[in-house]
Amino acid sequence: MGKSVLLIEDEPNIIEAISFLLERDGWTVRLHSDGLTAVEAVYAKAPDVVILDVMLPGRSGFEILKELRSDTRSEHLPILMLTARGQTKDRELAASYGVSQFMTKPFSNAEMLETVRALAPGAA
Amino acid sequence: MQLGMAGTRIRQRRLDLGLRQLDLARQIGISASYLNLIEHNRRRIGGKVLLALAEALRVEPETLSEGGQASVVAELSKIAHQPGAPVELGQIEEIATRFSGWAARLMAQDARIAALEQSASALSDQLAHDPVLSEKMHEMLSTVSAIRSTAAILVETPDIDDEWRKRFHSNIDTESRRLAETSAAMAALLDGMGQETDSFATPLEAVARFFESRHLHIAEIETGGAEAIEPLLKAGPELNTDPVRDLARQMLEDYAKDARQVDLTALAKAAKQNGFDPGALAQIFDVALPVMMRRLACLPAAPDIPDIGLVTCDSAGAILLRKAPLGFSLPKFGAACPLWPLFSALGAPGQPIRRLVRSAQDQLYQAYAICTPLRAAQFDQPVSYRSSMVLIGVNEATEPPLDLGPSCRVCPHSSCLSRREPSILLQT
Repeated sequence: MGKSVLLIEDEPNIIEAISFLLERDGWTVRLHSDGLTAVEAVYAKAPDVVILDVMLPGRSGFEILKELRSDTRSEHLPILMLTARGQTKDRELAASYGVSQFMTKPFSNAEMLETVRALAPGAA
Repeated sequence: MQLGMAGTRIRQRRLDLGLRQLDLARQIGISASYLNLIEHNRRRIGGKVLLALAEALRVEPETLSEGGQASVVAELSKIAHQPGAPVELGQIEEIATRFSGWAARLMAQDARIAALEQSASALSDQLAHDPVLSEKMHEMLSTVSAIRSTAAILVETPDIDDEWRKRFHSNIDTESRRLAETSAAMAALLDGMGQETDSFATPLEAVARFFESRHLHIAEIETGGAEAIEPLLKAGPELNTDPVRDLARQMLEDYAKDARQVDLTALAKAAKQNGFDPGALAQIFDVALPVMMRRLACLPAAPDIPDIGLVTCDSAGAILLRKAPLGFSLPKFGAACPLWPLFSALGAPGQPIRRLVRSAQDQLYQAYAICTPLRAAQFDQPVSYRSSMVLIGVNEATEPPLDLGPSCRVCPHSSCLSRREPSILLQT
């Protein structure tokens, strides 16, 4: 069985495109769209990589990232932050909270795939 | 005793009236050659000669001695010291006196540039921090992202099955419609932002100008009460956006509340009998001191009513309302003179301050200031304060006056210990 990705995103058509790409690349994709329960979704079934949007209903991706990094269970979990907010201050904030990679929308499919693969070497 | 350009003003006024030098000299009892020296600024004048010249030329003595131009000279000096090619600093007073039309045009252009700079700054702030714009931008980028990824999948995956192909075609159609709607919403938002800041920098500035243009006297409310507010909001050309109208409504409601407490006709009568001390008048009318200070500044001009100025500010020192008395310049933008009793009052809330002050134009005023909480105190809430200061012109100093400036940048007082930046008036 290939490695898994937890995609925390609330845009249906982006979810569909990313899921299609990752599944064709051999990943198991689990979806979650609610910011308030995103942390619980991570611990419910630990993924190999988390793709995390910033602007989520209920809670910001930054807050979710910060909470995940403050817990030993997820302090080293590979997290790719995928967001339309690409300002320097957002990148710096994500870096200060310990994000693994930061990518701004719109992104290229190839770049996204390469980044996810690099976060979990040997996967897929 | 004046030298400066008083002679030039005398000559200009004489020529305007079509008087010959010899005739004017005879009329006031001096020789034509002496008048000639005066007119060429080679003799100081003062006392009886100045008064006689003023009477003969049918102007106030100050118009000749100061030219009524002190504030114009200060404004032109400020313009002259702005970055750019050097200008002839020694001719500022001459420009103010002999080319008053050009001086007025220069000052109007300078004010327009300052207003435009403030508009640009406000637009920049709004572009950077507006939450609605930020949300629309995020929505647009998300939509573009979905279209880009989906389109790339269709192009780069030739063996994609029909079900996926149909689904992705549908997704692109949905997202492109959404993109069109978001783009239109953003365009409308940006158009609105342009309109909001078309004339004035901020809603506060626009409302302040509305009040200033009426000398803080809203006749419609004085006669019609609070019912006049809504028609006023529709009539004022400055009140051209919803945020401006909302703020104006709030400030006009405060005005109507003051008007209900102190009738202006009764106030004028009481002040003429008892003097214009806001403390004494507040006791007579049994109202809070800030209310009385604001009402005094609303008194319309009349021969037996002194010119009364008012400035109010919040805890941060931001000026909210302003009405300058004659001879006292108030800065349009930026921070004011830190010595104003208005700001001293902020340091001692509730304590009234009375102080004789002297403006940079050498005019004396009795200043009254007080800082009070904006509203009733509440637990777990910070207290906001408003400070108010009225300035009432006086003729004689009964104590050593405190010298004030409009702001450090255009202040002539070189030894002021409160100076925060150099004055352009002291660089020449």
